[in-house]
Amino acid sequence: MKELYRSWLISFYTIFSKELKRFLRIWLQTLFPPAITMALYFVIFGGVIGSRVGSMEGHDYVSYIAPGIIMMSIITNSYNNVVSSFFGAKFQRHIEEMLVSPTPNGVILAGYVCGGICRGALVGMIVTAVASCFTNIDIQHIGIAITVVLLTAALFAICGFINAIFAKKFDDISVIPTFVLAPLTYLGGIFYSVNLLPPFWKDLSHINPILYMVNALRYSFIGVSDVNIYFSIGMMVISIIVLFFICLICMHKSVGLRS
Amino acid sequence: MNALDIKSLKKTYTNGTNALKGINLQVAQGDFFGLLGPNGAGKSTIIGIVSSLIRKTSGSVKIFNTDIDENFPLAKSFIGITPQEINFNQFETVEDIVLNQAGFYGMPKNLAKERLNELLKKLRLEDKRKEVSRNLSGGMKRRLMIARALVHKPRLLLLDEPTAGVDIEIRHSIWSFLEELNNHGTTIILTTHNLEEVEILCKNIGIINSGLLIEDTSLRGLLSQLDSESYILDLENEVTESQIADFPELKTIDKHQIEININKKDKSLNTLFLKLSDKGIAIRSMRNKNNRLEKLFLDLVSPT
Repeated sequence: MKELYRSWLISFYTIFSKELKRFLRIWLQTLFPPAITMALYFVIFGGVIGSRVGSMEGHDYVSYIAPGIIMMSIITNSYNNVVSSFFGAKFQRHIEEMLVSPTPNGVILAGYVCGGICRGALVGMIVTAVASCFTNIDIQHIGIAITVVLLTAALFAICGFINAIFAKKFDDISVIPTFVLAPLTYLGGIFYSVNLLPPFWKDLSHINPILYMVNALRYSFIGVSDVNIYFSIGMMVISIIVLFFICLICMHKSVGLRS
Repeated sequence: MNALDIKSLKKTYTNGTNALKGINLQVAQGDFFGLLGPNGAGKSTIIGIVSSLIRKTSGSVKIFNTDIDENFPLAKSFIGITPQEINFNQFETVEDIVLNQAGFYGMPKNLAKERLNELLKKLRLEDKRKEVSRNLSGGMKRRLMIARALVHKPRLLLLDEPTAGVDIEIRHSIWSFLEELNNHGTTIILTTHNLEEVEILCKNIGIINSGLLIEDTSLRGLLSQLDSESYILDLENEVTESQIADFPELKTIDKHQIEININKKDKSLNTLFLKLSDKGIAIRSMRNKNNRLEKLFLDLVSPT
């Protein structure tokens, strides 16, 4: 049994390190663009528009939007890392290298998800460094910040994996990020507090899961949140567990993987 | 013990295609088995099911007595596969591709590196270990796929068209390598359209057509089914029509070449050569007009 676990650990490490190497090798496509894009957000929304907006919930506008922008980059990058890598492996058929081996489905999934978490977290750190050039970043609850970043990255890495499983062509991997993730992210209270919205839109915003993640990170940074952060963390944990098992069921049924 | 034991294997794809209609096939441990058939006959479907890339509809598959329905991970650990199409990551190096495959089989890094060195040397890819795989030639890509399939020392090697698009020299070196591998105990199942390859390498042969196994015999047994064979004879001297007038089975190609079609039941080559010698016809060399298996294969798979 010990031998078996050791063998799974080697398989996991192989997939994980393969993923790390992949996104580090193409850093100009994976790590650099978020830094530039987010710097532009800080310049435009922080420097140009933010000075006219004034304070938000008692904090200057740049400090208020910084956690949301960091969260946006984490969501996008953890999702994209897994969806593009796993679909690429399916498209080029080198996924077969893993499928013919005794590597269990759970180990394959864990390897890809951890790769996505790493990219999400690394981009999050880069964007935080960029943000610190525009505002004073003083994280009030570091433990909560780390927890929220890792859980969010894990959740969206799993979502990316599900997307890649069902994707049959390249169009299919851009539909969800463009038509679902982007609107939910922008309407998830990154640039504003939902308390400013009319009651109907405020209530509607509460069915947006990204609102909870953005606010949880905002709470860890500046101590302000529109939602209960423990509820947010609980929901993330439950979602991760449910989606992880959905992935395993799909893999067990060979959905999108085998004829 | 059988390396592969397939019983009543059926596969119906979602589009309704009946790729396999109840295949029974046994491949003994240590065999070099050729699985032949026309395009779309079901060869790759069998390979796919055995290697887990395709799900079977019904039937049973055992690999070294391990049923894939009971313990597929263990069954998979016995297999190495070289698929028909190039399926490695085109952006990874030769070294990474082989080492990653070892990792998927749970091999510790130091053992994997030893095995990598051994395989790259044997397959003449040593100087390409740091090369990105998309920059390799067609022959090198094929050899890389063989190295990848062998890194975990599989007991059963599945080769789907391993020498497709490979030049003669490399093809022969791959054949020698595979023969050596088989001599050391690895069971090999080869699917190919190259009948010369089959005749050189395989001990036993299965022919599959329209999802059914229509022949399962030894190479010798299959060849014994040949009633007649055609040969081309290269002659020492020019031949005249009068010299071969008494031989209805002979046909002149040109002044230095004749074709003979000999019925193995009626006549032996010895008798014919003696008669030709009596007529003053000296033979310099002789070769089969077609590959011997080709006629048999076409007879077996052509629609009646």
